Amino acid sequence: MKPRTYMMQGNVAVAEGAIDAGCRFFAGYPITPSSEIGETLSKRLPEIGGKFIQMEDEISAMGAVIGASLGGVKSLTATSGPGFSLKQENIGYASITEVPVVIVNVMRGGPSTGLPTLPSQSDVMQARWGTHGDHPIIVLTPATVRETYDMTIQAFNMSEKYRVPVILLMDEIIGHVYEKVTLPNIDELTIINRKKPTCSAQEYLPYIADETLIPPMANFGEGYRYHVTGLVHDETGFPTNKTDQIEVMLNRLNSKLDKYSDEIIQYEDTFTEDAKIGIVTYGSSARSSKNAMRKAREQGIPVGMIRIQTLWPFPTERIYEFGRQVSHIIVPELNLGQIAHEVEHAVKGAAEVVPVNKINGDPIHPEEVLLKIKECI
Amino acid sequence: MSFHYEIRLSGAGGQGLILVGKILAEAAAIYDDKNATQSQSYGPEARGGASRSEVIISDGDIDYPKATNIDLLLAMTQEAVDKYANDIKPDGVIIVDSGFVKNNPKGDFKLYSFPITEIAEEKIGKKLVANIIALGVIEKLSGIISEEAIINAIRARVPKGTEEINIKAFKQGRDLL
Repeated sequence: MKPRTYMMQGNVAVAEGAIDAGCRFFAGYPITPSSEIGETLSKRLPEIGGKFIQMEDEISAMGAVIGASLGGVKSLTATSGPGFSLKQENIGYASITEVPVVIVNVMRGGPSTGLPTLPSQSDVMQARWGTHGDHPIIVLTPATVRETYDMTIQAFNMSEKYRVPVILLMDEIIGHVYEKVTLPNIDELTIINRKKPTCSAQEYLPYIADETLIPPMANFGEGYRYHVTGLVHDETGFPTNKTDQIEVMLNRLNSKLDKYSDEIIQYEDTFTEDAKIGIVTYGSSARSSKNAMRKAREQGIPVGMIRIQTLWPFPTERIYEFGRQVSHIIVPELNLGQIAHEVEHAVKGAAEVVPVNKINGDPIHPEEVLLKIKECI
Repeated sequence: MSFHYEIRLSGAGGQGLILVGKILAEAAAIYDDKNATQSQSYGPEARGGASRSEVIISDGDIDYPKATNIDLLLAMTQEAVDKYANDIKPDGVIIVDSGFVKNNPKGDFKLYSFPITEIAEEKIGKKLVANIIALGVIEKLSGIISEEAIINAIRARVPKGTEEINIKAFKQGRDLL
């Protein structure tokens, strides 16, 4: 098989990753800077027997992907800030009904319609808490085009395995940058599909889980009839108001990811071994920071960086350890400190947390991080 | 220090600068087997407004994908050259479209001025290919990507049926030097 080497855009890598993960349904509403994801899939999905629908808005698009997934098809939607706001209600619905879906948010500056074409990382907290109520969610954030491809596949694998909505949180720079990528051959990929019931349709209880905490999921239309509701439900899927049943259901829902945190939480260490000054960052800001770190290292400053790949659940333990190793943790991000607060919480005062924030639509320049590094000596 | 070359293509939305960036990056990365990134910055308008496309070509990893120390600047509007002429490296190259740039910048760089859009209209019969004429000038002045690689990338990136006219425009650009 010839190597798959391309000059590829981040948004196109989402589309190709989704297809290779087995996604065969996309519903969305075009919005900059995410539009190329839908644009690519509108061409690619029909070629391979998939379906593409441009819906009337982002709310219905979110509903459509939940419906398609209930029918057994891996489903994707993609949007940006204002559209992400509109999707929140249905993201909560996917969370409580435990329907696997992948949502891409290519962030732009906000609030409201904000800055359509300019980079931002200001939806980090919305990705975690945008929908109301305690709920599980996984948020992944890539820093290169190749990683965007890989993470899209991971997002599908995680959503299928844990029956949870997974958000791929990108910024405009990663969504729009073209880079040289060599993609793996399809047969080298690990693809996870949801666990299906082994019992008969008559015996099927849709929300009863074994020790894995993840109930098997039947496809609609295959004879396993069951009730799906956003109300808190018992193991049959019908609503309940009984405190003992509510407790069982919501405790399982909110603890199911804890059981798997070791395989969910990912981060990348660079030069952390001998670091005395730390950087914790993610997405395109990690690329600015890496550049700054190299320059600092050339000047003999022992800087090390943790690049967060799983924003939620947050890698609290690793950041805590890092805080005990270094004097300062610099946190560059294109918002007013959304992850800096989380880092502060994780290090429990062991290191000084130094935010580098920018919200004017300009990326963080390597020189700005370098300046902060020098201030920390 | 390893090989590292930064190009900024600047002008107005609709002048085809993002396409030129993609062609340059693809020529370098796919057909010349170097590493390259292309990034872009533009406003919400479909046409007009400032547009900028940046290409970084390197033989190593490219972490920060934006231009910070520019080797070559193409400016297709007065606004673009006024804004970006200062970001150029000492001894860098600035190419301007003299049809739009009336006040030439002054500084420690080599300035090349051609009526690019006018040439597109007169020699090729289409103003639309001004960007590809500029690409020819860039190829000749930068000397970092092979002519063949760029022609391959043009064929791969321009709309079907327009390959020959674009290649003609590219050669026209090269012939300006």
